[in-house]
Amino acid sequence: MNQPTNEFQSIRRIIAASSVGTLIEWYDFYIFGSLAPVIASQFFPKTNPTAALLSTLATFAAGFIVRPFGALVFGRLGDLIGRKYTFLLTLIIMGSSTFAIGLVPGYSTIGFAAPIIVLVLRLLQGLALGGEYGGAATYVAEHAPPKRRGFFTSWIQTTATLGLFLSLGIILITRHSLDADRAKSIVKFNDWGWRIPFLVSIFLVIVSVYIRLKMKESPLYAKLKTEGKTSVNPLKESFTHRSNLKMVLLALFGATMGQGVVWYTGQFYAQSFIENVCKVDFDQSRTILLWAILFSTPFFVVFGNWSDKAGRKWIMMLGMLLAIATYRPLFGKLLSITNEKNKIELADKKQINTTITPILKTENSLRTSNAMHFFNNGMVMTEVKTDTVYADVNKTTLKPDVKVTKLLSRSDYWMMVGIVFIMIIYVTMVYGPIAAFLVEIFPTKIRYTSMSLPYHIGNGIFGGLTPFIATLLTTIYINDKLVGLFYPMIVAGVCLSIGVLYLKNKIDPDVND
Amino acid sequence: MNTVKRIGGILWIIAGPLAIYYLVKTALSEINKKPVIDTKIQWAVFVIVFIPIAIGIMIFGYYAIKGEYDHLPESSSEIAD
Repeated sequence: MNQPTNEFQSIRRIIAASSVGTLIEWYDFYIFGSLAPVIASQFFPKTNPTAALLSTLATFAAGFIVRPFGALVFGRLGDLIGRKYTFLLTLIIMGSSTFAIGLVPGYSTIGFAAPIIVLVLRLLQGLALGGEYGGAATYVAEHAPPKRRGFFTSWIQTTATLGLFLSLGIILITRHSLDADRAKSIVKFNDWGWRIPFLVSIFLVIVSVYIRLKMKESPLYAKLKTEGKTSVNPLKESFTHRSNLKMVLLALFGATMGQGVVWYTGQFYAQSFIENVCKVDFDQSRTILLWAILFSTPFFVVFGNWSDKAGRKWIMMLGMLLAIATYRPLFGKLLSITNEKNKIELADKKQINTTITPILKTENSLRTSNAMHFFNNGMVMTEVKTDTVYADVNKTTLKPDVKVTKLLSRSDYWMMVGIVFIMIIYVTMVYGPIAAFLVEIFPTKIRYTSMSLPYHIGNGIFGGLTPFIATLLTTIYINDKLVGLFYPMIVAGVCLSIGVLYLKNKIDPDVND
Repeated sequence: MNTVKRIGGILWIIAGPLAIYYLVKTALSEINKKPVIDTKIQWAVFVIVFIPIAIGIMIFGYYAIKGEYDHLPESSSEIAD
């Protein structure tokens, strides 16, 4: 009677120790992305072309190219020296890079050294993230009992979403707590307060390193090592042996590629769409995502657990199918909820406030018109129009700068939470069972290397590029605001076809080989 | 089912070059439209990362035609060469 209880307690400790570290790694990776505009103003001034170039490199190279490379470097290490020390190393690299970003003086203080140091640190973050996930998932799966592998690894799957939740939460709290006056607090945050979320990371990492140091090596890997059966060259075995390469390709094109785009569309593109296309207020666009994540996160475990009974394949395929079928109506609904043309404006409540400021050393002035429109359902739309009033009456600003922000009514706000919740449910369907799925298709001695690469190509490249490619499509085909969705729908469609046709639904009863 | 898998292989082999053609064509047209460094880096990254993936799907298609996916391994002993 005691043995199963002890076993359960032991696996619970293993999951907690692995998940906390992985969650912190995701937190570290996301705060840079979430604070990108502030970081750009501190380190990558647009007025300097070289600094702007480094900014583009920091965004693209770290997020997309370096992650799969990290998967290869640390995956190889994990198969050569063991899971425990490798994912301890990734945690230390990630934590120290994040902390260091919080300490780097700005461009105005040390010039070009600032963006170069930040770029290097961001690359290290990308490398570390590439090595972390495969290690944590493999470590937990190699401890889990065969019939509960989906359930136990699904806890690792919650960490990516919870890492985003934590990063958004800490940023919002810091942004509003630096001064009693909200506007002053935001100014202080943009000036120096943005460093706090980076610096906080070091405490989380110290705790996590302490916990991980107490962990033991995976029993399956330890057994292989004792028997002298570990791989001598995991990269060669993973990618040059046809029998394994075909499984790497199948994992990528039949599972992780579609999973990656569904994940990034449901969380990142949805948030970007709500803020930039629907023009919802900064705080509201983030809290919508926070609520949706909070309500949907338990479903990672629900679907992971269900996959132990029903198999991994069909749950993931159903998630992709639902995403393809409903993305356009769901995003269309987000647009229609925030469309002021669908509401009645309370014209008598409209407020217009115009200020004219002289532009130094010229005879021209800067005119800022702030118009507030109130609607019957409670939505408030603020329109700030800025243009130049020229001393020469024949000259006018050709294209005034117009910024629109919409503060949603309570009912619209919760409807948007509901829509994003549905999209994140699709994420939980494709992502909840995938760690168990990947672990089961590769042998122990090259598992870390083999599963990390398709995972990070699927998520880092196909998924990570989703917001960029989707936004890019809207700039090429300007008449359709939903055209960006064709990218995730096509990628998920190809992945669904390959997955349905070539994957098997059988759960591997033995990963001890 | 195995016949469908093998026929599908032809589709994946064709998809590779088609994707590369469309990608390079779009990249050149977008760079010509806006020849600034940001556009060049952005499209260079897309081309550099997606060409190996397109080659990967062609290899996948080749394996499918050869019947490599007719039977998936039941244990790791079938994977180890």
